[in-house]
Amino acid sequence: MTTRTIRSIRLEALTRVEGEGGLLIELHDGQLQNVALDIYEPPRFFEAFLRGRSFREVPDITARICGICPVAYQMSSVHAIESALDVSPTPEVRALRRLLYCAEWIESHALHIYMLQAPDLYGLESVVALAAQQPDLVRQGLKLKKIGNELMALLGGRAVHPVSVCAGGFYKVPTPSELQAFREKVEWALTASLETAKFASALPLPDFRAEYEFVALSHPNEYAMNEGRIVSSAGLDIAVEDYEQTFTEQQVPHSTALHSVRSDRGTSYMVGPLARVNLNFKQLMPLARDAAENSGITWPSFNPYVGIVARAIELVHACEESLQIINSYQQQAKANVECPVRAGEGCAATEAPRGLLYHRYRINEKGLVEFAKIVPPTAQNYRRMEDDLRLLIPKILKMTDEEIVARCEQLVRNYDPCISCSTHFLKLQFKGQ
Amino acid sequence: MANETKPRLAVYKLASCDGCQLQILNLEDELLDIVGAVEVVYFLEARSQTSDGPYDITLVEGSVTTTHDLERLRDLRRKSQTLITIGACASAGGIQAIRNMQDVEEYKRAVYANPAYIQTLTQSTPVAAHVNVDFAINGCPISKEQLLEVITSLLIGRVPQLPTYSVCVECKRKGNVCVLVASGMACLGPVTQAGCGAVCPSFNRGCFGCYGPMESPNTDSLCQALLTKGVSRAEIVRMLNGFTGWAEEFHSAAERLEKAPL
Repeated sequence: MTTRTIRSIRLEALTRVEGEGGLLIELHDGQLQNVALDIYEPPRFFEAFLRGRSFREVPDITARICGICPVAYQMSSVHAIESALDVSPTPEVRALRRLLYCAEWIESHALHIYMLQAPDLYGLESVVALAAQQPDLVRQGLKLKKIGNELMALLGGRAVHPVSVCAGGFYKVPTPSELQAFREKVEWALTASLETAKFASALPLPDFRAEYEFVALSHPNEYAMNEGRIVSSAGLDIAVEDYEQTFTEQQVPHSTALHSVRSDRGTSYMVGPLARVNLNFKQLMPLARDAAENSGITWPSFNPYVGIVARAIELVHACEESLQIINSYQQQAKANVECPVRAGEGCAATEAPRGLLYHRYRINEKGLVEFAKIVPPTAQNYRRMEDDLRLLIPKILKMTDEEIVARCEQLVRNYDPCISCSTHFLKLQFKGQ
Repeated sequence: MANETKPRLAVYKLASCDGCQLQILNLEDELLDIVGAVEVVYFLEARSQTSDGPYDITLVEGSVTTTHDLERLRDLRRKSQTLITIGACASAGGIQAIRNMQDVEEYKRAVYANPAYIQTLTQSTPVAAHVNVDFAINGCPISKEQLLEVITSLLIGRVPQLPTYSVCVECKRKGNVCVLVASGMACLGPVTQAGCGAVCPSFNRGCFGCYGPMESPNTDSLCQALLTKGVSRAEIVRMLNGFTGWAEEFHSAAERLEKAPL
């Protein structure tokens, strides 16, 4: 049977996401034929030009993959390099790295909740429009974001592309009094984050459910950020070293975008705040766990729109843990452990604001990178986003093109996609176009 | 309508990390005042409504790496009264300009399973290599203060005042001990434009040139000084070929150093 009518819906540019991409939907005789995220963010070839650079330069270079989550790239880089060089940072360095990561989670989550996603849930087009209706709410969001940024600047010199992180530790660490002076701001942020969690829990979230496999790092004693095993809601429990055997990045025939899938069955999975809260609920700090229990949501949740609530719960966690680290901080005489120049290979995964971020490096005897592999969280979520769109679109076919696009964009925004991060992605067209 | 008299501001992105446009959203204390003073008519990261132009002020982040972006940029220039580049990618080609000194076909094979799908130019180039730029804000990332200075200057009709001197001036003002002289660390501070607040020397490490070359830098002389301090030639070349490595002053100094007899 030949196709009689073709309806193509095209969104040139997704808005309120980081980086640039569009959306293509194609219906044949009223049936969904194709759906694809059309990513035209230009490739920047980080994995190629990292080769030949010193391992000491890597955290500064990989930070530039993403202006919103530079710390995540620095963290996965230095942990992979330390693994390659067989270096173990001190417990104090470990705690400070968690504090820096908390600061980035606060900044990134506040940005996404208040500026990128909340306007959707009020039917508004931007935070500017939201500020006209709810000025106090927006001010609270901005102040929270600012505190995250200020904490990053305190620990790293500046909020975007901080300069303090090195393999082995830090170039410089703060004094206890510098951290103590910041405590009041974090106390305010904790209160505001609890209000954020209440606000997010009360939002009218659309009903949607799918059979997700959630994937996250997990650690028995803490809410995993920088170390742990990779676990999933489908029973996966592997060492980080087994990541590349378990998950594969595919360059599929109809698309030039790489998609991560489970290697064994080719299925999609989800990383990010919802995956983490679902899998690591027990390791949440007490107030964050209370907020989750009082949210009215049954955990684990299989509704991607609950992502905004998960993000708010992590905001509480990040503020709560920041306070704990600040209160127990003791400065060490040395800011870092010396890294020897030797050949080695190592990998690491850490939890970026948007989910699991995997790096692997091979370093030669001169300390220069010979091979680099980076798998950003958004690359891992793309296939899942498209699977979600395939479930959503058949239910909303009676809507106008404009409404369909708006609903699809809203669904994609749940994943807080960071297209700038996903260096692999390119413009694509369906066959025959 | 008040909006009819407000300048129309657009924010565009080419190849980049989003960090410089994020600095606009990081002006948390001033953001609501800014959107009161200008009408933000195109800013994909921040709002869903978009206008195709014309624009009074256009901020461009990112470098040119594809023919598609080159076409977009030319079109954007036609539609913009004042075009300002924000950040090291737009002003100097960015970190991705390392490819300019390498074989980009090999890069495609290294990163992608099917390199034939990849459409990219052989070089990552700054915006000013293709269209007229009215003003450049340097930095990787740009500083919020410099961004605010430029926006407010435009609104009141004066020339923005940004420093053209080196990071050393900021470093001395902060009272830092010189990391190059006292500790022998490799530092590009003497030839790099100020604006970051000497953030790296303040963190006990050398400057790596995020803000690009200062006005009339003596880069060759700095290279000699670093060699005398025992920094290897390869390390100096890598530093110069970094975040603003495609800027003429840094790129040419790196080339001269590489070709110089040992």
